[in-house]
Amino acid sequence: MAQKETNRVMKIDASGVSYRELNARLRDMTSNGTSKIELRNVYGQRYIGTDLGKPVNIEVFGTPGNDLGAFMDGPRITVHGNAQDGCGNTMNEGEIIVHGHAGDILGLSARGGRIFVRDDVGYRAGIHMKEYGNKKPVVVIGGTAQDFPGEYMAGGILILLGLNLTEEERHKAKFIGTGMHGGVIYLRGIIEDYQLGKEVGVAELEEKDYQILQKFVGEFAAHFGYKAKGILKHNFIKLFPRWLRPYGRLFAY
Amino acid sequence: MKTYLPSKFLIERDPERCIQCQVCVNQCSFDVHYYDAEDDEVRSREENCVGCHRCALFCPTRAITISRNPMDYRENYNWRPEVIEDIIKQAETGGVLLTGMGNDKGQRIYWDHLVLNASQVTNPSIDPLREPMELTTYLGRKSDRVELEPDSHCLKTELAPQVKLEVPVMFTAMSYGAVSLNVHKSLARAATEMGTLWNTGEGGLHPDLYQYGSNTIVQVASGRFGVHPEYLDAAQVIEIKIGQGAKPGIGGHLPGEKVSTEVSLTRMIPQGTDALSPAPQHDIYSIEDLSQLIYALKEATNYTKPVSVKIAAVHNSAAIASGMVRAGADIIVLDGLRGATGAAPKVIRDNVGIPIEMALASVDSRLRQEGIRNQASIVVSGGIRNSGDVAKAIALGADAIYIGTAALVALGCHVCQQCHTGKCAWGICTTDLALTKRVNPDIGARRLANLLRGWSLELKDILGGMGINALESLRGNRLHLRGIGLTDTELEILGVRMAGS
Ligand code: SF4
Ligand code: SF4
Repeated sequence: MAQKETNRVMKIDASGVSYRELNARLRDMTSNGTSKIELRNVYGQRYIGTDLGKPVNIEVFGTPGNDLGAFMDGPRITVHGNAQDGCGNTMNEGEIIVHGHAGDILGLSARGGRIFVRDDVGYRAGIHMKEYGNKKPVVVIGGTAQDFPGEYMAGGILILLGLNLTEEERHKAKFIGTGMHGGVIYLRGIIEDYQLGKEVGVAELEEKDYQILQKFVGEFAAHFGYKAKGILKHNFIKLFPRWLRPYGRLFAY
Repeated sequence: MKTYLPSKFLIERDPERCIQCQVCVNQCSFDVHYYDAEDDEVRSREENCVGCHRCALFCPTRAITISRNPMDYRENYNWRPEVIEDIIKQAETGGVLLTGMGNDKGQRIYWDHLVLNASQVTNPSIDPLREPMELTTYLGRKSDRVELEPDSHCLKTELAPQVKLEVPVMFTAMSYGAVSLNVHKSLARAATEMGTLWNTGEGGLHPDLYQYGSNTIVQVASGRFGVHPEYLDAAQVIEIKIGQGAKPGIGGHLPGEKVSTEVSLTRMIPQGTDALSPAPQHDIYSIEDLSQLIYALKEATNYTKPVSVKIAAVHNSAAIASGMVRAGADIIVLDGLRGATGAAPKVIRDNVGIPIEMALASVDSRLRQEGIRNQASIVVSGGIRNSGDVAKAIALGADAIYIGTAALVALGCHVCQQCHTGKCAWGICTTDLALTKRVNPDIGARRLANLLRGWSLELKDILGGMGINALESLRGNRLHLRGIGLTDTELEILGVRMAGS
């Protein structure tokens, strides 16, 4: 019985279903061993993917609400539409693939897992992401971002591709990497110095950076039907934290 | 730069008693005592002394006396020594003055202006040694009404998750990193033994401590350090930290000196970096957003545990608290003006926020007026010193009390206010492994459990004297309080009558 459920794609029509009920059903299904779930007619239900703790595949059609995949630990969520604010909030493990835009604080304090957004994102993407050893969150944004991407970053990888910008068009974000003290940001396209936070330095890419890009831009391209080669041809810069303790000299004892 | 700061303390070493054993040299983490090999003598650099008394108490012959430096400035009520010395420090460093522990200023401590009642003649007092006394407290949202099944008389109403406390005193949030792992172990074991809760603070939970989960409150703060599904699942209560009494509106800043390998692992940040907790939680800019995080955490734990929200007591706490309850908080925590910290800018610690007594009284009154007091438990903290303060807080409307400084004092802290330096000589507020081993978790847990046991006995005495046999009957019963030396406005806000009336 359980075996059968595993192979079946379970479908839920989410129209008119509250988030609490929807998530309860997701919990039931995953604990029964279901490995593929399709959610149709999603209209703003929050917290999809929270508290599942299994590598289940969830396809979302419609518009999921805030905190998609918050505290998530394992599932892979594919959104055929736009994600709202707090997507991947404090995510631990798993993958979120958004065929569209995402709102503010994408990947806030993420500790692991991957997030791919095809188009643009709102304010403070990748804020305060962390890492330790092999546990490292990765966020790849196909379009451009609003202000403060990578703010307070303590770890992880943030990649901003700017694919929807023209050759001469600058990225939109200001205060990029403000307060950054760990992790790395890779940026494709042009920016002016004033768009960078005071705490970040700019560097040319090295061989190991290209390897990282090849891997994650490769995955990004595969998800959204781009050619990775074409994307990687372009010039990238690498932003890194200039100091381990950006605010170390602020205090008198 | 030559410093113009005078020494705070004088150190006297009685030559008759001193046996040159150098215990003081080894005990001091502030580089005060040293052995002068040339003269074969132990000496002191008193300008470094912070007044923590570690040496004096560990000197085998009690040869050391520490006293305040009597060097007087010309009397001046405005330009007090502290004011002058703060300016000197800033002139020499150009930085924000950082400090540890709670507000040490003279703002009125209302507990000292409140007195409790006792039974005389018209109703009998109760002898707690021979009669049952109930201190049990349940934290969590209480239903507006309960319904029973008509036939079976079983409970029909679905109750929100409740947490049982044997003593209404819990250990407040002190993060791993701010305090040592041995302090966490001491707190966790004492809480488990005494049937109460301890709080991880915002630095995550060390793997060794998951076993104490059922007596643990885990915190989710703006830095989201160590927050993951296993952490949330382990806990009995999840607490969202919005603010803290020692630094309302200010983010956290664990100095890089304290971010050791293990702290870096638990927090998932690079070793040696400052652990930055942003001032706001960037997913909470409104009551609606708070509600969103509360329910994110409830979803993440399938509605199995209460979610608490902690704020610093500020001017409009009552209105905020009402919003918090409506946002879905099962417990609200108010941390007052005297709430302590591992590190905070001094100007914030000493000048921002309101006394906990006022905040508690106004929040409790407001929630009652709105008819939602039952929907959340109220926990207060910030300078609670003894069981008398606890009893008064309960009478003012608190369900339970958090202690922080009092717990650290039980572990050895002498309130020297140097927690931000990472050099705590008592091994409490440091991650230096040479120092942290000074707290033995077995002894630490014993000392903490003793403190709670003492307070419980005293609380029972207080209740018995009033002729009450359950703490529940004192809760929010302000008729058991009277004020002394307070103005009409103060009495009105506290909801307490003048002594004698
Ligand atoms: S610990 Fe006491 S006896 Fe030993 S050297 Fe210091 S002052 Fe002298
Ligand atoms: S914890 Fe340590 S450093 Fe902080 S006040 Fe107490 S004794 Fe001093």
